[in-house]
Amino acid sequence: MPEASLLDFSVFNPRRLDEALSLLAEEENVVPLAGGTDLMVTLETGNLSPCRFLNLMGIAEFQEPFSWCDGKLRMSPLCSYRDTRIDKDVATRYPLLVRAAREVGVLAIQSRGTWAGNIVNASPAADGVPVLMVYDAEVELRSTSGTRTVPLCDFYRGYKEMDRASDELVTGIILPPPPEDRIEYFRKVAPRRLQAITKVLLTGYLLRSDDRIEDCRIVLGSVAPFTLRARETESILRGSVLDSETIKAARAALQGEISPIDDIRSTAMYRRNVAERLLDEFLLSASPESH
Amino acid sequence: MTEPLDRMTLTLTVNGRTIKVAVHPMARLLDILREEIGLTGTKEGCGEGECGACTVLMNGVPVLACLTPACQVDGAEVVTVEGLAKETLHPIQQAFLEEGGAQCGICTPGMLISAFYYLEHPECAENLREALAGNQCRCTGYTKIFSSVRKAAERLGKTIPEV
Amino acid sequence: MNTKETLEPVESEEAPPIIGENLPRPEGIRKVCGTALYADDLKFDSCLFGRTVRSPAPRGRVRHIAFGEGIPWDEFVIVLPDDIPGENAVTLIEKSQPFLATSVRHIGEPVALIAHHDRALLNKALKAITVEIDEEPAIFSIEEALEGKEIQYGRDNIFKEYRITRGKLEEAFSEADHVLEGVYETGAQEQLYIEPQGVIARADPKGEVTIWGSIQCPFYVQKALAPLFALSPEKVRVIQTETGGGFGGKEEYPNLLSGHAALLSYRAGGAVVRMIYDRREDLFVTPKRHPSRTRIKSAFRKDGTFLGLEVDFVLDGGAYPTLSSTVLSRGILHSFGPYRIPHADLRARVVFTNSTPYGAFRGFGAPQSIFALELHLDRVAHELGLDPAELRRRNFVKKGDTFPTGQVIKEEIDLALLMDTALKKADYARKRKAYEEENRKNPRVKRGISLSVFFHGSGFTGSGEVMLGSKAAVRLLKDGSVEVLSANVEFGQGTNAMFTQITAAILGIPPEWVRIHQPDTAVVPNSGPTVASRTTMIVGRLVERAARRLRERVLEEGGLSQGYTGEEFRETAKRLAAREEFREEAQYVPPPDVHWDEQRYQGEAYSGYSWSCDVADVEVDMTTFQAEVKHFVSVVECGTVVNPIIAAGQIEGGIAQSIGYALYEDVHTERGVMVNNQYTNYIIPTTADIPSIEVSFIRFPLCNYGPFAAKGIGELPADGPAPAVAAAVAHALGYRYINKIPLLPERIAAVVLEEEETAA
Repeated sequence: MPEASLLDFSVFNPRRLDEALSLLAEEENVVPLAGGTDLMVTLETGNLSPCRFLNLMGIAEFQEPFSWCDGKLRMSPLCSYRDTRIDKDVATRYPLLVRAAREVGVLAIQSRGTWAGNIVNASPAADGVPVLMVYDAEVELRSTSGTRTVPLCDFYRGYKEMDRASDELVTGIILPPPPEDRIEYFRKVAPRRLQAITKVLLTGYLLRSDDRIEDCRIVLGSVAPFTLRARETESILRGSVLDSETIKAARAALQGEISPIDDIRSTAMYRRNVAERLLDEFLLSASPESH
Repeated sequence: MTEPLDRMTLTLTVNGRTIKVAVHPMARLLDILREEIGLTGTKEGCGEGECGACTVLMNGVPVLACLTPACQVDGAEVVTVEGLAKETLHPIQQAFLEEGGAQCGICTPGMLISAFYYLEHPECAENLREALAGNQCRCTGYTKIFSSVRKAAERLGKTIPEV
Repeated sequence: MNTKETLEPVESEEAPPIIGENLPRPEGIRKVCGTALYADDLKFDSCLFGRTVRSPAPRGRVRHIAFGEGIPWDEFVIVLPDDIPGENAVTLIEKSQPFLATSVRHIGEPVALIAHHDRALLNKALKAITVEIDEEPAIFSIEEALEGKEIQYGRDNIFKEYRITRGKLEEAFSEADHVLEGVYETGAQEQLYIEPQGVIARADPKGEVTIWGSIQCPFYVQKALAPLFALSPEKVRVIQTETGGGFGGKEEYPNLLSGHAALLSYRAGGAVVRMIYDRREDLFVTPKRHPSRTRIKSAFRKDGTFLGLEVDFVLDGGAYPTLSSTVLSRGILHSFGPYRIPHADLRARVVFTNSTPYGAFRGFGAPQSIFALELHLDRVAHELGLDPAELRRRNFVKKGDTFPTGQVIKEEIDLALLMDTALKKADYARKRKAYEEENRKNPRVKRGISLSVFFHGSGFTGSGEVMLGSKAAVRLLKDGSVEVLSANVEFGQGTNAMFTQITAAILGIPPEWVRIHQPDTAVVPNSGPTVASRTTMIVGRLVERAARRLRERVLEEGGLSQGYTGEEFRETAKRLAAREEFREEAQYVPPPDVHWDEQRYQGEAYSGYSWSCDVADVEVDMTTFQAEVKHFVSVVECGTVVNPIIAAGQIEGGIAQSIGYALYEDVHTERGVMVNNQYTNYIIPTTADIPSIEVSFIRFPLCNYGPFAAKGIGELPADGPAPAVAAAVAHALGYRYINKIPLLPERIAAVVLEEEETAA
């Protein structure tokens, strides 16, 4: 029996994007609804304040999950984890998307959950956001007054705080092509193998020429108020020789950047230790000796 | 300006039967099936998308009926456990019966739907363990569920990877 | 009942072929088609939904219940403690908690009930109610309870205490080459049946109460509700609906829940009231496995001979006595394991705390005490430089040996054979050596393998079965089929198939002609609760005896001759059933030479034991500190196996639950209540986490009191896996002191990192 009283909720069912944007601009208290894998839970547990949902599922412009433009991938706000898993092109060009998608819940969640929903749900434990950040994703936001894009790694400002105005809708996620020959890493640490909320996640890539690190991305989940791009750790690594000294320095830098907490799912101590060990595992796997 | 809806009439096809219901647009597909249509085979174990007892196929794809709002099922085609048997039991049902895949039976409807989907689309997951990870069972320890699905796969002439 | 009747042991009787066949469960067809009806699936023309108003404080007097503004309260049915027509206490072993409290002892304790036909409004109303409590200091741990601050029960916060002694323990310690002490702790565990608790009630104010629900023990509910409404028991009718798992969790809680639903119905003038918990409420308020703390001190000779055992076994009982005394009893009666121990002093206590009352969960105290002993033995073996299997081998009980309870083993048991079968299947000896080698070289992954050997007694403890005096019946139906009448429910474990096979075997008819009547107190005799691994061995024997009597009568009155065909039986049965009610009953009689001294806790604690050896093969990822079971072997001796697929399924399910107990399942409490009470946050293993599980059965020479020499297995698999897994983790980690489950990665990290720090 759901906890919530549905009497407090209603739904707009727009068919076109402009309709949706006008509703967002003109109506109070409107909450966009995509696959519902987060919102329905919040609703059922009685933790959602009364609102009007803006059902995005019927919007004509959003029906194609992907499009390609100038070598960039554009994901529709309705693009689900399942869509990503079954698209061969996406899997070849952005393998981390597929690895992350596989570990978001299970098949029946992946068929409904969307990448855009994961972005705006803004959970520090988000499983989709980290790999998007690794690929330098940009968030396209649209309102009746115009369109703008924000780099995803600048999108969060605090716990559940985002660079999104109440009349703006995420209308696309844009991914540039990642560099060739990078070495990727993804590891989600959760209380069990699948269908579990992340305790610590580390993902990234590293681009090496001989033993020197040309470029890298390091993104972590569940160790800060929002998905964290570890820029300082990256800057220690960038340009350095990938050796044990560098790894040591990177591990120290990471400790300075993360701020994990104790909660019912894990402890700060554990998260801190494991985050560092994952970084170590990643860097060792990317070392010249491993290849 | 459009008014938000707190009631809507939707048409959906459930196990091949087309049905019209009038419900709140945020009503759960689970409640539509169980209370409006009277198909109580689909179960509620947690109400938060974790246990998998409410797994059904919507437009051919597994979804959790407790997380699926009415406003997103208009026009959809839904298959529940009640739709698996035709003249006779589906091989997956028969195998669960013979191999001990069902014990208390409460996870069985969702489990059967996921197993049915997997046998139709073995490419959807790396293996059976992944395909059924969203359907929690507290009785069997899953071993007999694996043997049930393997038996059904054999009878259907499908090859699935070892678990 | 014929009081002169004696029960003969069943000795290597040739069982008919149907015993040992994999008969598909008779109700299975409804389960795979989705047509089996569980409580929430029942339809009534009109009904109210009920909800419970609960205490926000762990201890204190209810000063006021404020019904907030904006709710049409006059439309609601409201029940307060003063509205209760009879006695405001749940009758179980003793009078336990009130149905509605005026003084509360734990957070979440029910203080009032409300009902309405509109669920949305009902939920809103519940939020508008404030319960004001004059709060008093509370205690939440075994330590606080034993320290005796805030005495809230008796003189010392102890609900119940037992002591079992044998020999002279001081002698063992003075004779010993090796003495080891250890403290072992286990956390609470949630049953997590996938169908939440739920009942539907109709209480006619003129004096008839009917309950439909997800219930393990229909007659317990009857016993609890009769005094609540000041009715005689037969006025309370309890009907079990298809039950989606129980594992002990639906043994006692349905008493309280049925009382609540019935009280609302009574107040509503007899309207049907549904109370189906959602998962969060279920996790928040229902009883879980008792947390435990066991101190062990052992005495051994250096050759591994077990000389003496001291056990101090303590359970956290929570805020009310409920079933804790019997959980404690089974715990201490399994605390010494299948070993020859000349000197023992075993002490058991269950204490009061202001926590949600703990209750029955598969194993019933035994998993906790066996965890402590088996893990302790692993440490002893390590310190003595013996293989843990070898240490056990040197001390196994054999026929003629005596348990610390004075019970003499009468069966021809061969535990070395049992263990060796398991070790061989698990490739134990090779792996143990290989892992130790590998672990020295590989800092990233550590592997370990270890074992446990254990037993579980079938049926109620001591004189429990005599006091129950259970009855089961078999009758002919008009179509010539035969119906089994018992109060023992099918909740996944295979009761229906087992009764069907036994009945078909005795009567020589096809299993399709056997029906099982759904447990309904108005129709079935009281064959006792569906608990304590008793259904096969105890109730199965009653069904067998009733079926034998029925057969005798059919032969005699129907003029059938020995060697009849099934078809002839059926025709005769039709004829006989058309004439009159044709029904035979059997009542429990104790086996001869079974005595139990409740005062000294000495004697035959159980008339039959099942035996088992588990081997767990684990891996610990040193990057994430996650332990995983990679392979699991269990060899079981439970006499005759009535239905191998169902029996193996039971064992496999118990193993999966127990792997959860050992590694994943953490009931996180604050101020005595579960705060991770969401399905998302209570982690049980899924298909992706469970190892390959290999279960097999062996048979010792048969001689016991079960039907066709079958014994119980329901709880057995809850006992052994956790210590085997924990010992394997300890082995993987080079024998660091592992003494507490669940072994969450956070706990393993703490152990490993502490050691790393000390080393640095």
